[in-house]
Amino acid sequence: MLQAEGLRHHFGPVRALDDISFTVQPGQTLAVFGPNGAGKTTLLKVLAGLIQPQQGRAHVAGGRRAIGWIGHQPQLYGQLTVLENLRFWASLYDVHVPADLIARLGLEDHANRPVRALSRGLVQRVAIARALVHDPTVLLLDEPFTGLDRIAAEALSRLLAQHAAAGRATVLVTHNVEEGTGLATDVAFMRAGRFVHFAPRAGRGAQQVADEYRRAIA
Amino acid sequence: MLRHAWAVAAKDLLVEFRSRTAILSVAVFVVLVLVVFNFGRDPTAVSNIDLAPSILWVTFTFAAILALNRAFQIELENQALEGLLLAPIDRGSIYLGKLIANLLFVVTIEVIGLPLVALFFNVQVLLAPLVLVIALATVGFVAVGTLFSAMTVRTRFAELLLPVLLLPFMILPLTWAVQATVRLLAARPLSEIAGWLNMLAVYDIVFLALALLLFSATVTE
Repeated sequence: MLQAEGLRHHFGPVRALDDISFTVQPGQTLAVFGPNGAGKTTLLKVLAGLIQPQQGRAHVAGGRRAIGWIGHQPQLYGQLTVLENLRFWASLYDVHVPADLIARLGLEDHANRPVRALSRGLVQRVAIARALVHDPTVLLLDEPFTGLDRIAAEALSRLLAQHAAAGRATVLVTHNVEEGTGLATDVAFMRAGRFVHFAPRAGRGAQQVADEYRRAIA
Repeated sequence: MLRHAWAVAAKDLLVEFRSRTAILSVAVFVVLVLVVFNFGRDPTAVSNIDLAPSILWVTFTFAAILALNRAFQIELENQALEGLLLAPIDRGSIYLGKLIANLLFVVTIEVIGLPLVALFFNVQVLLAPLVLVIALATVGFVAVGTLFSAMTVRTRFAELLLPVLLLPFMILPLTWAVQATVRLLAARPLSEIAGWLNMLAVYDIVFLALALLLFSATVTE
């Protein structure tokens, strides 16, 4: 479903990706943990086709249409309402906004409010709705829990669990081991553009993964 | 491709309609420039017909640059540009959408500016050939300006860089447009401006095609 082969990318003297290879199968959720500047966001951008790697290749089955992206920024227009934003993004994928999407994210009362008038947590919920508007088969998530309140974080966790249960793939990058481990079927630790650990989670809890992560990137 | 282009253009226009910041500031700029030129000139030294074409095109050019600066700025606000690039659409449709929105924006400015030029300089501007000259020149510099706006938007000094890159490419179409406007306002025969019209049309076709070809490379990191 998603394959990366020998990805290498530099920004000037900075090594962002250094020989990264992995595959993510249907139903798999890969959590990539790493400190700031480890190359996590660059990896996601390469997987999404937003950056052409200097070496190697990334392949997503179904191409750009298959990808849903939640990044640091919500990719929304502040002057437009929630519904107008979702309709715009849906039109680029030649689909209609799914009838239940707004309700699933608890946005019914905010559908006709401009995005600029929403709290940070609500904006992040709209960003999640935007990423799911075309029912993607591969989700690429960059620190998706940032700014979410507890209710929204739980709603996102439920959505991601449903996504994986439907046989779809997810790659999640974050520096927060505690919030990412629960969703992961596989775990990778990234440092200076390299995977220093890549293995199935195999029942490890958040604390155990966090301890291993600290040792691996020390 | 056209459906997606229109979706992008409609979104841009709706965002501008809601905020009205760019159109208001550019409209004020146009009125201010024309008022200053009007009161700063000496009609006994230079005739209206000699002065009006240059003032008209200087005003439209700088108003258009102000408008073009905002074309891709709205995509940076929440990194919406990445969302556009990720969408499964031809990247040319993003360019075309921006071009359509920018053209409508600049045409709105010209609709505000033209009656003021007629009023202040006492010249006849409601001439079909003059409208054609303005339309052809506008398409040309908006086509190039939209591409350069995409190129410069991620740089630190985008608002300074855009005019520096764009103005050299505007010299030719502006020269042709001013020459044609001078002759039209002086009621010279249409045959005298046919050459300028042809040049403007060729410029539009060449730079529209080049911009469509280069846009994808311009916005890819």
